Amino acid sequence: MENVKAFKNPLIWRTQLFINNEYVNSVSGKTFEIENPSTEDIICRVQEGDKADVDKAVSAARRAMERNSPWRTMDSADRGKIIHKMADIIERDAAYIASLETMDNGKPFASALGDVGFSVAILRYYAGLCDKIEGKTLAMPNGKFGYTRYEPVGVVAAITPWNFPFLMSTLKVSQILAAGNAFVLKPPEQTPLTSLLYGDVAIEAGVPPGIVNIICGFGPTAGAALTAHKDVNKVAFTGSREVGHIIQKASGESNLKRVTLELGGKSALIIGKSADLEKVVPLAQDGCYVNMGQTCCALTRTFVHEDVYDEFVRLSAEYANESRAKIGDPFQDGIKYGPQVDKVQFDKILDLIESGKKEGAKLECGGGRLNEKGYFLEPTVFSNVTDNMRIAQEEIFGPVQQIMKFSSLEEAIDRANDSDYGLVAAVFTNDLSEALYLSQELEAGQIWVNDFMLMAPNTPFGGYKQSGIGRELGFDGLLSYLEIKTVLVKL
Amino acid sequence: MSEVPPPIKNLQVKYKQLFINNEFVDAVGGKTFEVLNPSNGEVICKVAEAEEADVNKAVEAACEAFKRDSAWRTMDASDRGLLLFRLADLLEKHRVELATLESVDNGKPYHIAYMADLALCIKCIRYYAGWADKNHGKTLPVDGNFFCYTRHEPVGVCAQIIPWNFPLLMACWKLGPALSMGNTVVLKSAEQTPLSILFTASLIKEAGFPPGVVNILSGFGPSCGAPLAKHPKCDKVAFTGSTEVGTLIQGYAAENMKRVTLECGGKSPVIVLKDADLDKAVDICHLALFFNHGQCCIAGSRIYVEAPIYEKFGPQVDLDQFKKILELIESGKKEGACLETGGKQFGEKGYFIEPTVFSDVKDHMRIAKEEIFGPVMQIFKFETLDEVIDRANESMYGLGAGVITDDHTRAIKISNALRAGTVYVNCYNVFDTRAPFGGFKMSGIGREQGEYALENYTEVKTVYNAL
Repeated sequence: MENVKAFKNPLIWRTQLFINNEYVNSVSGKTFEIENPSTEDIICRVQEGDKADVDKAVSAARRAMERNSPWRTMDSADRGKIIHKMADIIERDAAYIASLETMDNGKPFASALGDVGFSVAILRYYAGLCDKIEGKTLAMPNGKFGYTRYEPVGVVAAITPWNFPFLMSTLKVSQILAAGNAFVLKPPEQTPLTSLLYGDVAIEAGVPPGIVNIICGFGPTAGAALTAHKDVNKVAFTGSREVGHIIQKASGESNLKRVTLELGGKSALIIGKSADLEKVVPLAQDGCYVNMGQTCCALTRTFVHEDVYDEFVRLSAEYANESRAKIGDPFQDGIKYGPQVDKVQFDKILDLIESGKKEGAKLECGGGRLNEKGYFLEPTVFSNVTDNMRIAQEEIFGPVQQIMKFSSLEEAIDRANDSDYGLVAAVFTNDLSEALYLSQELEAGQIWVNDFMLMAPNTPFGGYKQSGIGRELGFDGLLSYLEIKTVLVKL
Repeated sequence: MSEVPPPIKNLQVKYKQLFINNEFVDAVGGKTFEVLNPSNGEVICKVAEAEEADVNKAVEAACEAFKRDSAWRTMDASDRGLLLFRLADLLEKHRVELATLESVDNGKPYHIAYMADLALCIKCIRYYAGWADKNHGKTLPVDGNFFCYTRHEPVGVCAQIIPWNFPLLMACWKLGPALSMGNTVVLKSAEQTPLSILFTASLIKEAGFPPGVVNILSGFGPSCGAPLAKHPKCDKVAFTGSTEVGTLIQGYAAENMKRVTLECGGKSPVIVLKDADLDKAVDICHLALFFNHGQCCIAGSRIYVEAPIYEKFGPQVDLDQFKKILELIESGKKEGACLETGGKQFGEKGYFIEPTVFSDVKDHMRIAKEEIFGPVMQIFKFETLDEVIDRANESMYGLGAGVITDDHTRAIKISNALRAGTVYVNCYNVFDTRAPFGGFKMSGIGREQGEYALENYTEVKTVYNAL
């Protein structure tokens, strides 16, 4: 997407719930505020859904998934064509979607545009996958005929986070639809505006009514109603570990709905003694501060070999100070970082920074607020971090880098693995053998070698341990949206 | 259902040259040959005739485009897919013109070219567009301290030789998987029907495929097809045509051990059991034989009817097929593209053959064993299942087979026993792009369509990394 210009004051197009291919008010008529984190101004109010709206949406989805419905009986290639059309529509309207995202979430326009571009690629990947979901015929004893069918799991509840709003919703939408399901999406209450556009996209692309439903609202109300619903077959959640526990519990207590969770991380980065610091320092910090640190797979524990530790710390503080000039109005050209998404996050990060200082880490730079208006934070670097500190264990979700020292590779591996999380582990090295060895030993769903945010529509993504359950993206990602049926015939 | 838009009147043939390196060029020797309209025997136009020198040029272009750091080799797999999606969109945009060309060049009715051939072409290219970034290798659990994995790489420069019965569709069956997997191609069309693929060449260029990735030659078997199949710089040859030429091609390929896939002839049996609904059975047998005027590799040209219903079956077939073929001829006359499809029954002008049915055929007769490739149906009687399965399998061919019965348990048992690449139960001539197609025995080697086709255009490399 080249030469795409932002709309600095994008039109607020959709603020209502979307049920059965119609935008409607909530049953209660309640609304809630949406804030622009760069200015702290209120952008608009959005309809607030609750149990009554969730019930309507789930009924619509259930009807649309009835045995002989248009969606159930459609040729798989035609489903693919619809998804492909969705990609075309989103590509056409990229400038608007990215502008709305920047206003709502605060990320720089170029990042928002990148999110939209990746969204388009994911939709296109899955569009081409629809008619390639193949079962097997099985070797059976004489006189028997056996085969498997991969069927849609049914009605899916998708609950998405505020850090990459449109991208995270797209990830769910593309997989859900490719597998032939219907869904009720609850977008994040902090940043629902771009996800709401999926209603228009669905109508224009020709999705039958009831397949796409969007209920805006809050976790404890709308989200809880969805996860407790007896007529929802599966919940797919991306968000915090704490809420992940709640969702899995609610799923078990209701109807044993299938659960996939993409949760947080405290991902380790290991930098060996032969590292080229000029190259590696910017990469390590960019990998930590990506999306203003608001990334589940940010590299937030930087293990540096003792031989290069001091120099690494010095250069990191320098690089962080250079970044200060690139923090500001996300609509401005050349801006690298915007504000944090809201006051709750802002305060939480500052609290964790305080804990770092109190527990004895060394504050190399930053540590406080930047600018008078908007939730902007100074790029912050801590050194001398030890594994027991809160900043070494808890997910901060802000531009705060933790640098730790190690002496042997085996020690680094063990300390990296010593975490309840296991989303990503990264290695920066010129020695491929070392990288391959580390890939075997590190307990994480993604191993990144010599770069960060390595992701493509066909690379499965998910967490070990409490970073999540299940995988998304790629062929493997689709399995969690399908149900396997085995058919056995005695001839 | 949507209506078929009318064909183009007074169609001008725009593309009559060879297509090499994204350019339309004359043959090196300057030769041309006539393209005839089989409906009336008239000359449509002249087309450049490729010979060995042109084959060499085309193969060189394909080799160049396959070089290690070429645009095609370094392109993201998903971008290859995007180019194929674009080609499918362009085929759809030009569907009327392509169907008109196909009808005029091949003789098939325009509405069939539009509704069947072109529909399948577009679906095929779209399907393979989606595979481009999904051909996975594996990581493997080997003994010892190794990181071991396979890469699925393109085979290289592929020679593709296609027939005249479904000209554009056969080209799409070949181009789809070859391009999806990142190969480069030199494709020789049939000398009877070069026009639709040449038009498609212009769309391939418009879609944005780099020069040299697809090269199209018009010409004859011995002077163009043979040097192509023999060329030492082609890594693979894929051929659809007669079994006779297929065995020749396999011989040529042996010289430099080209990978070979062949889609050849058939003498496919259709077994009609006594419990079958007679009207439905007759319809299916019609379709099985007379589709595409009998010019179908998988034509059901041996109809085995279970003894108790044999007497009833014969005459019904006679009457119905007679009417149906005459109907086809009438609709063909009505459609009139500029280059007239002619008009009379049974060949005063053009090559219409009287539809023919033989009954009381015995297995040893020539008409029972040889592929006729025309609207001639053979009907046999059988007593028991075991007997008919053996008689059905008693053939050097093994492309297709049909079973007509309401007893699905018997149908599955018979399907299991038949030595044929595609078995149709209570249907015939379904060619979904997702399902593999190919022959047992001398009906061919390998499978086209579906995920299976990818193997024909993939070379597997295993990598061991000692850790």
